[in-house]
Amino acid sequence: MAEKEPAVTQATGTDLSVEAARSVTTQVGRERPVDTLKKAKRRDSGTRWGGLLGFVSPVVVLILWEIAVPLGLVDGRFFPPPHAIAGTFWKLTLDGTLLSDVWVSLVRIVLGFLAGAIPGLIVGLSMGLFRPVRWLLRPVVSATYPIPKLALMPLIILIFGFGETQKVITIALGTFFMVLINTMAGVLNLDKIYLDVAKNYGANRRDFYTRIALPGAMPLIFTGLELGMGMALLLIVAAEMTGAISGIGYRIWAAQAVFKTKEMFVAFIMISLLGYLFAEGLSSLQRRIIPWKQL
Amino acid sequence: MAEKIVIRGLTKEFVTKDRIVTAVKDVDLTINEGEFVCIVGPSGCGKTTLLRILADLETETRGEICITHSDPSKPLNSMVFQEQSIFPWMNVRKNIGFGLRCRRVGNKIIDQTVDQYIQMIGLQKFADAYPHQLSGGMKQRVSVARAFANDPEILLMDEPFAALDEQNKIMLQEELLKIWEAERKTVIFITHSIDEALILADRVIIMTSHPGTFKTSVDVDLPRPRRIAELRSDPHFNRLFTELWGVLREEVYKAKASEGLTLTDDEFHDDHSRTLADESRLVL
Repeated sequence: MAEKEPAVTQATGTDLSVEAARSVTTQVGRERPVDTLKKAKRRDSGTRWGGLLGFVSPVVVLILWEIAVPLGLVDGRFFPPPHAIAGTFWKLTLDGTLLSDVWVSLVRIVLGFLAGAIPGLIVGLSMGLFRPVRWLLRPVVSATYPIPKLALMPLIILIFGFGETQKVITIALGTFFMVLINTMAGVLNLDKIYLDVAKNYGANRRDFYTRIALPGAMPLIFTGLELGMGMALLLIVAAEMTGAISGIGYRIWAAQAVFKTKEMFVAFIMISLLGYLFAEGLSSLQRRIIPWKQL
Repeated sequence: MAEKIVIRGLTKEFVTKDRIVTAVKDVDLTINEGEFVCIVGPSGCGKTTLLRILADLETETRGEICITHSDPSKPLNSMVFQEQSIFPWMNVRKNIGFGLRCRRVGNKIIDQTVDQYIQMIGLQKFADAYPHQLSGGMKQRVSVARAFANDPEILLMDEPFAALDEQNKIMLQEELLKIWEAERKTVIFITHSIDEALILADRVIIMTSHPGTFKTSVDVDLPRPRRIAELRSDPHFNRLFTELWGVLREEVYKAKASEGLTLTDDEFHDDHSRTLADESRLVL
């Protein structure tokens, strides 16, 4: 996962803890929530400074960059000044290329992500819960997991050609292993007492999946999803490098061929933005799905 | 009274790295329907192992257990564990209804039963709270309620109040007495506190240390319903206490003397609380 601006993370974190405190008020009684709300406010005032500071650093970097280009400290051919990038950004937005590139890549990422995450989740839960399944599949997983998915791309292209399938499969492969390995670890790390309880209280196979393994492993499943998302962003650029005629990755390579570095930077911004939005989406989903891991 | 549980020659051996440890040896025990039995013994005497065998979480090495399952519509046993065992990802309501849900009981009945027990343990305000929002005492209450709500024929309780402070312990003992006196289920309750055993039980069974085996059994003929405050000043209670301690004392000393030969409490605890990663056994 790309490092996010700490300012943004913290600010949203605070908003949610206030929300959490409120929901506790309605759920739980009276004495504790007041305390939590107070604490949340204290934390809030603390991070406001953090938010301000976090805002300062990128702005300073942009200003220095802007000044450095005309001074000749930075080569403007490789690092076009921010205002020029902004101009290109605007131009590409108006003529629709930007939106269509983002859309095409987004569809590929989402399809590939789902096609990888869902099987990864199911296999990971099964491997975590059942030792024979683990014995059976672990060697295969251990052997195939370390192969860089980029190394598999030529083979994928041979099999599927240069189509949408090739791109979706590439992304799915990367996501699959991340989700699988973290899900399995999440189940294996569950305290054995919970399995004893489930067994003693008559849980059947389905209950073990849906009531124990899945919710219990959820925190690590989300780690897997986040890592898988990072992997998906990495692989989309690689997958669109060959045989694509649209998408953000394609835009970067096409811009390189004709030395349009400004367009490359616009594409960088979009990828960064996508990464940020995915991360935010996942973490808000996480807060909704794992209310028991807050605080 | 009808015999509910008959145990004959029960032996359990654990294989550790370099030796075989006999946790429970040749236990003979009969427990009647509706009886509240407390098992007391020095640390590491295999009490928990015995209970886990009864709960079908461990298999005996030798011997036989015969449990009468009189009503097949009810689960045979439900266990209250010593350690934190309520699911962190379920709120109080879901935790209490867990057994019923696994048995595919109708939602309406689940809701009614859960409501009833939430009220009984006084956690109405916390019905939708998650375990991390509860105190240790509240969590243990939920754990007890989960077992009772499951409506089993036999309740297996493994030092459920051992980790609680004195006030919470007394309150929970009173609640347990109240619930039990209303429902009269067969209960096997493990404790290392003579005091607790006398307050709760109809009969106290003392186990010897290393290897754990049946030593003696003492009937607690204190009248019910019991009030803890009154019991403590009852001369008969004190006589029983002295009598039990006389028997147990010997065992505690023996246990001390053979320390190192036996699994320590910590080893036992590790044994039961490790994660799947350490000892991944097939659960189904």
